[in-house]
Amino acid sequence: MWIKAKKEGDTSVLAAAYGPAEVKVSKEIYDRATLEVLIQPKVGLPSVRERSQEQCVRETCEASLLLSLHPRSSLTLILQLIHNDGSILSCFLNAACMALMDAGLPMSCLFCGVTCAINADGQIITDPTAVQEKESRAVMTFAIDSTKRRVMMSSTKGSFSVHELQQCIAVSQEASEKIFQFYRDSVSRRYSKTL
Amino acid sequence: MKDTPLSNCERDFLLKAIEEKKRLDGRQTYDYRKMKITFGTDYGCCFVDLGKTRVMAQVSCELVAPKESRPNEGIMFFNIELSPMASPAFEQGRQSELSVKLNRQLERCLRNSKCIDTESLCVVSGEKVWQIRVDVHLLNHDGNLMDAASIAAITALCHFRRPDVGIQGDEVTVYSPEERDPIPLSIYHMPISVSFSFFQQGTYLLVDPCEREERVMDGLLMIAMNKHREICSIQSSGGIMLLKEQVMRCSKIASVKVSEITELLNKALVNDKKARKEGGRCGFAESLPQERITALKMEETSVEMTDATERAKDIVQKADARPQKVPSPVVPVPGVGQVGQGLQNTWGLEEDEDDEEEAEECDSGEEQEEAVTKMEEERHEKEASGEGDVVEISDSEEEDVVILHPAMPDKALKWVHQFSMHCN
Repeated sequence: MWIKAKKEGDTSVLAAAYGPAEVKVSKEIYDRATLEVLIQPKVGLPSVRERSQEQCVRETCEASLLLSLHPRSSLTLILQLIHNDGSILSCFLNAACMALMDAGLPMSCLFCGVTCAINADGQIITDPTAVQEKESRAVMTFAIDSTKRRVMMSSTKGSFSVHELQQCIAVSQEASEKIFQFYRDSVSRRYSKTL
Repeated sequence: MKDTPLSNCERDFLLKAIEEKKRLDGRQTYDYRKMKITFGTDYGCCFVDLGKTRVMAQVSCELVAPKESRPNEGIMFFNIELSPMASPAFEQGRQSELSVKLNRQLERCLRNSKCIDTESLCVVSGEKVWQIRVDVHLLNHDGNLMDAASIAAITALCHFRRPDVGIQGDEVTVYSPEERDPIPLSIYHMPISVSFSFFQQGTYLLVDPCEREERVMDGLLMIAMNKHREICSIQSSGGIMLLKEQVMRCSKIASVKVSEITELLNKALVNDKKARKEGGRCGFAESLPQERITALKMEETSVEMTDATERAKDIVQKADARPQKVPSPVVPVPGVGQVGQGLQNTWGLEEDEDDEEEAEECDSGEEQEEAVTKMEEERHEKEASGEGDVVEISDSEEEDVVILHPAMPDKALKWVHQFSMHCN
């Protein structure tokens, strides 16, 4: 079991990855591992919002994990929300990737989440806080992969033009560099003394 | 995901250690693990670490209609969430026995003891009251979830601030935190639960069991008390028979522990208040220890070695004498021959059964030693159990049964072995 705490500004998420482990017969897939993502909100029971966030994270993880290496097994990823101050979906994605990495699960690429907001003036803000998100015209979250910097998953809210979308994607791809560098730094620090 | 079952040797080891008054982590019988209380950014968010057991509590409030039977009292709602993060055995959504038990215990501990003044939560009698909701998330299960959960819940309630409300005639205004400072809940007393685990039908007692100890325990006694030595709730589970004196003794231990924990709790609240006043950044991320990984190493687990030397000496004396060392690495067991480059081949078809042969019966090391010397002096010894004694027990239909015997040894070779092999 691996726990990673990811913090962006004040937004904090705790991620735990379990697996590969035994899977229930009803959920087993004969040639791949079954990935389950659980998002726990702070207050109350998980609702539809958490389910849709879970789906975004799960689709991204399934695209990057090499699931066929562990058939008939289960991989469970639990994300606990500690504090939400905006950019929550990208924080979930980053925490998920780091937990999977730390657990040593085989992946074909790493991924990171970047949130952009377009405010009323048309400016693009990355990693908006909750206040900024509220005042913005559109909020978009992209999952970017590490090998070719392509978009793996996108989740948008609000109205924007195609041109603005492409600008946001370009901005996110640049921002992902920093996040991958952070992954490298933290992993090298963690394992520098054991290897 | 299924939980790994506890192995028998682990169980026996734990029980035996408890009989000798030893615990896995070196604690004494009445010792609690290291407890740490930290707060989150919002009011009402609290983390409690009890050793490796980790729990997070969050308090929130909402204006709702009151219950019909109690029109001028607020509502308290408790929920302990057994997150799958805590243990692979916990499943999301499944209402397990443990979950029901913990929820019920927490409710009895906090609601039935009337530690919160619910009448102060009333806004408009019969129409609007505050509903205070306490969500406890278990983040890591290393034993004694109940204590950690109760401490987290009461600390979060003490830490929480609800929005201020203004009433002008019929109009009710709820002020946001920016407009008016939120006000704390009125708490009469702080009930804290202390768990005692019993082993060997109540003979041995441990306070604050860790996860392994919980698995082997016979029963659990939970006493919820406040610092004024008032018992708020007692629960005994597991079906162990306890004597009156035992329960009294436990309650005395509990009162000591509760006063210690209450002190720690108050200190943490005061520190947090100070930090917020100074405007420092406070929150979960800040409270995480700055684990600068400059040197990744585990703390050396302290091992108790006081009677290790005597026990070691005993064991060594009682052990069998070490077998003598054989200079030659070749194992002289019947049925083993030497084959290989540079070595004398000792496998070969037996042509002449009359050839003098040497065979060794080697049972123990000493004999081997003597045999070596014997061999060097008398090279050709006839053994009693010679090749002629090969008894064919098999009823195989093969006509030809060729028995292979090792070839004559050279002077250079020390060992000759006798073996038989059915050639198919």
